[in-house]
Parts: sequence; structure tokens; C-alpha cells
Amino acid sequence: MAQTPLRAVIVGAGLAALRGAEALREAGFTGTLTIVGDEPCRPYDRPPLSKHVLAGAIPADATTLPGSLGLDADWQLGNAATGLDRESRTVRLADGGTLPYDRLLIATGTRARPWPNPHEGRLAGVFTLRGRDDAAALRRALAAGPKRVLVIGGGFIGCEVASLCRQLGLPVTLVEPGPTLLARVLGSTIGAFIGAIHEGHGVDLRCGREVEWLEGAEGRLVRAHLVDGARIDADVAVIALGAVRNTAWLDGSGLSADPGGVDCDAEGHVLDAAGRPDPCIAAAGDVARFPHPLYDGQRVALEHWSHAVAQGLYAGRLLAGAAPGRTYGALPTFWSTQGDLVVKSAGLTQGADAVAITQGDPAAGRFVALYGRAGRCIAAVSVDAARWLPAHAELVAAGAPFPPRGTATDRPKGVAVVAPGFP
Amino acid sequence: MSLPADASSGSRPGLRVSVDLNLCQAYAQCCYAAPRHFRIDGHEALFYDPAPAAEDRADIERARVACPVQAIRVEDPERGA
Ligand SMILES: Cc1cc2nc3c(=O)[nH]c(=O)nc-3n(C[C@H](O)[C@H](O)[C@H](O)COP(=O)(O)OP(=O)(O)OC[C@H]3O[C@@H](n4cnc5c(N)ncnc54)[C@H](O)[C@@H]3O)c2cc1C
Ligand code: SF4
Repeated sequence: MAQTPLRAVIVGAGLAALRGAEALREAGFTGTLTIVGDEPCRPYDRPPLSKHVLAGAIPADATTLPGSLGLDADWQLGNAATGLDRESRTVRLADGGTLPYDRLLIATGTRARPWPNPHEGRLAGVFTLRGRDDAAALRRALAAGPKRVLVIGGGFIGCEVASLCRQLGLPVTLVEPGPTLLARVLGSTIGAFIGAIHEGHGVDLRCGREVEWLEGAEGRLVRAHLVDGARIDADVAVIALGAVRNTAWLDGSGLSADPGGVDCDAEGHVLDAAGRPDPCIAAAGDVARFPHPLYDGQRVALEHWSHAVAQGLYAGRLLAGAAPGRTYGALPTFWSTQGDLVVKSAGLTQGADAVAITQGDPAAGRFVALYGRAGRCIAAVSVDAARWLPAHAELVAAGAPFPPRGTATDRPKGVAVVAPGFP
Repeated sequence: MSLPADASSGSRPGLRVSVDLNLCQAYAQCCYAAPRHFRIDGHEALFYDPAPAAEDRADIERARVACPVQAIRVEDPERGA
């Protein structure tokens, strides 16, 4: 650590920011620490928002994360960063102030991708889900007992919301343009198995279909029109079309950033447009795009809770000057609770050319799928079978040969390998 | 500080709990230790109360310590940790 106390600034006050701040302090950083967040509150946990908050089991403002109390930090909350000047090393704020920094952590995360037609998106009854206010508003709408909920998009959040509506006894239709639920992340083979479970719980699933427009009456949503002419009467619609990275405030900073993320090198420093690292600035969490060492240096931007934690910790140590040791390359892990169903993954399925059910039975609703590419294990997904996942995660982390031999305890005769069905 | 601890929820000065559900293996030890705050739904879906009352700290601490994979993190405003 340098002798003169440095000034550290963290932009974004979410999970990655908090874990980054903790790591910075733990690594011995004694300078001033300022954390800037556009939301008016301390960092909170998002995963419960689409689960127990929507279920009404906990209030939307109950998920404040542990960790922010002991930090010696100046919290600039409800104040967005609007610009970055790397020459003068300052961050511009929405309230007109500027913050000088010696070390900067970019952790501005993502926002929900809005419905493409802004007029329709503003109809009462149309929701996106990212922050606690979104969750509180959607919870109120669900508690009012809508006649039907329409979920647009069959990714993880769409699956969580749809299954939760069934738990609440609400009629729900999910429209997904892909061939199955979760086809982009898990492939259509596994996506179809998960879709069948949700259909068994009464989700009206319309895959391979697309919503063309949302019809309102007196400012309220009344129905959706599909491209094929079908109509779905619904008084609540949840737009679950994925996320956009919060990088607009970096325009003009000279950094390599776009709505897909801000680019980092293998160490975690951000890159400028010419590909040169800025040694004073790191990025972490949903907003960061970086070369993953486990996947041949392929650039990825991960929207995973565990990644925000691990990369936040890494970036905090990096900026404190405590050499993190090796390049950042935590094995990506993810969970999703869909009703009572738990889907977990380890590794990245991208580019898989084969998948095998190595444990359990999809027909019984509990199984593990192992994904392979070019004869190596690259990812594993468990469905209500989390206890089998760690052993599979080890195969993935080691890049073990695919298909595996001798790992499936209840499947002594070897495993059937099928196409994963990526669109 | 430019705002109080949690501007949108000033009324909940209790404990703060989070669980790393990647680590969680649904062993349910926490549910035995603090049944009012932890519960398994279905086969392995953990429900936990992220904001227990400060009076429940002994139960929550028991749950935290009981977790075999140390997935539970607790912050207690009165103990500053
Ligand atoms: C509803 C929901 C459910 C989820 N469920 C799961 C799950 O089950 N499992 C899982 O692994 N992951 C889940 N995730 C993903 C996980 O929550 C994210 O990966 C994680 O929150 C990323 O943390 P982050 O700190 O990078 O970004 P964020 O949590 O988005 O935090 C970034 C913060 O920066 C703020 N900000 C943005 N721009 C500015 C600016 N210019 N100035 C100041 N502040 C700014 C944002 O408002 C936000 O508060 C879920 C996400 C959501 C929304
Ligand atoms: S004790 Fe730990 S692993 Fe078991 S259910 Fe609770 S949090 Fe999960």
C-alpha cells in the first residue's frame, strides 16, 4: 500500500460494489472510500425479488445485504455518476459534483431491457423487474388478483415469475420466441425438460411464438397480440427480455464500453478503445466483460450473483495493490428458484456440442445434465439435484474428458449423449 | 453520509442475512436451528428471512454456525459485524 492515503471511488452500489469495498478495506486500503449509487439505498440482494418478494413472503425493502455497516465509507446514494474524465481522474455526478479518484471500481450492473415500444411499455399493468421498487409494484399487482399474467420471455427471470404466479394460483401465459424455455442458456434439449415441469404446474407455455404488440384501454393493458394473430387477454404483463449493461455514463471516457459491457483485461483492469489497460480502474459484476481463462479467453459478461461476489472481491484486492495472485477466472455458478424447483449450473454452456444426463431422470423431474465441447466437460446443470452438482463442477473446472466415465453412480452402463439443441 | 443507512426502509433496524444459494446444498441444518427463519420448500428450495428481528439473533447465529457449507452470512447492526 502506498504511503499517501489514496482516494478510492466505487460507482454502483450493488453486490459487486459492496464486496469490492470490503475487499479493498480487508487488503489494507486506508484512504478515503466513496461509494456512488443512483438508487437511494444501501446495497441489497436482488435474487429474492423475483421469488419470495413476489410471493409476498418478505417485503421488497427487506433484502439489504450484510456487509455495509462496518465499512468506513462515504455513501453518495440517490446520486448517479454521469461521466468519467480519465485525464483529470474525476467522476461527474448528477447533482453537479465531481469526485476525484486515484482508484476507481466500475460496478454499475445492468438494467432490465424495456419493452421496445415505449408507449405500450408505459401502460398500467406492464412491468419489468430489476430493482426493489419494481418488485414492490409487481407484488402489488399480483396480490390484487389479476385475471391472467402474461410473461414475455422464457429466460431465468421469466421462468421464476411464471412459476411463482402458479404458486399464487394465478393463470399465467409465458410467450417465448425460442424453441423452448431457457433455450439460449441451456439449449432446447434441457429447456424442454424444464418446460414440461412448468407446464405440469399449469403454466400456459407458448414457445416459438412472439408478442407483436400490447393493447391498452384507458391506459391499462388489456391484451397482447401475437405475431401469428393470436390474442391473449391479460391485465398484467411482465417483460423479461434480459438486461442491458449500465455503461452510458462511460460515453466519452475513452474506455471500450457498449451496452454489452465494459471491457477488461485478464487482470481485471478496464481497457481503453485502443485495448490499453488503465491501471487505476477495474470493473466487476454484471457490467464487466472479460476474457475467461477456463473458456480459451473468450470474452464473457456474466449476470450471476456468485460472479458479482467473486469478481468484486478480486477487483477490490487489485485496486488496493494487493496482487490478487492470478488472473480472475472463478468457475461461473448460478442458481434459479422456479416455484419450488431449483435449477443450478456450474460452468458455461456456450458452444456445447453434446449433452448427457448423468444423474437422475428428466421424466422424474430431478436430474443432472453435463455439457461437453470437443470432448471436454464445459458445464453442468442440476434440476432439483443440487447435491450432485459439486462433483460435476469439479469435472468442469478440470476440463475432464466428455463423455465422462464411471461418474454416474446410478447409471453403470454409460450415458447417452445427445445434441444440446442450441438455437 | 449523504443519506441514512437505508432511506427506503428506515423501519427495519434488525439483522441482515444473506445465503449463498450456490453453496447451499439444502442440508436443512439451518431449518432445524432456526425454523421460523429458514425453511426448505419442495426438494431443495431454501426460503430464508433476510431481515430477522434483532431479538432473534441467537437463533440466527445458531443457524449460521450449523450450516455445513458456511453459506449463511449475518450482519448485526448492534454488534457492527
Ligand atoms: C430479479 C432478479 C433475480 C435474480 N436472481 C438471481 C439468481 O437467482 N441467481 C443468480 O445467480 N443471480 C440472480 N440475479 C442476478 C444478480 O442479482 C446479479 O448478478 C447481481 O445483482 C449483480 O450485481 P452487480 O453489483 O454487478 O450489479 P447490480 O446489482 O445491478 O448493482 C449495480 C448498481 O449500480 C447502480 N448504478 C447503475 N448506473 C449507475 C450510475 N451511473 N451511477 C450510480 N449508480 C449506478 C444500479 O442502480 C445498481 O444499484 C438476479 C437478478 C435480478 C434482477
Ligand atoms: S444449512 Fe446451509 S446448506 Fe443447509 S439448507 Fe441451510 S443454508 Fe443451505
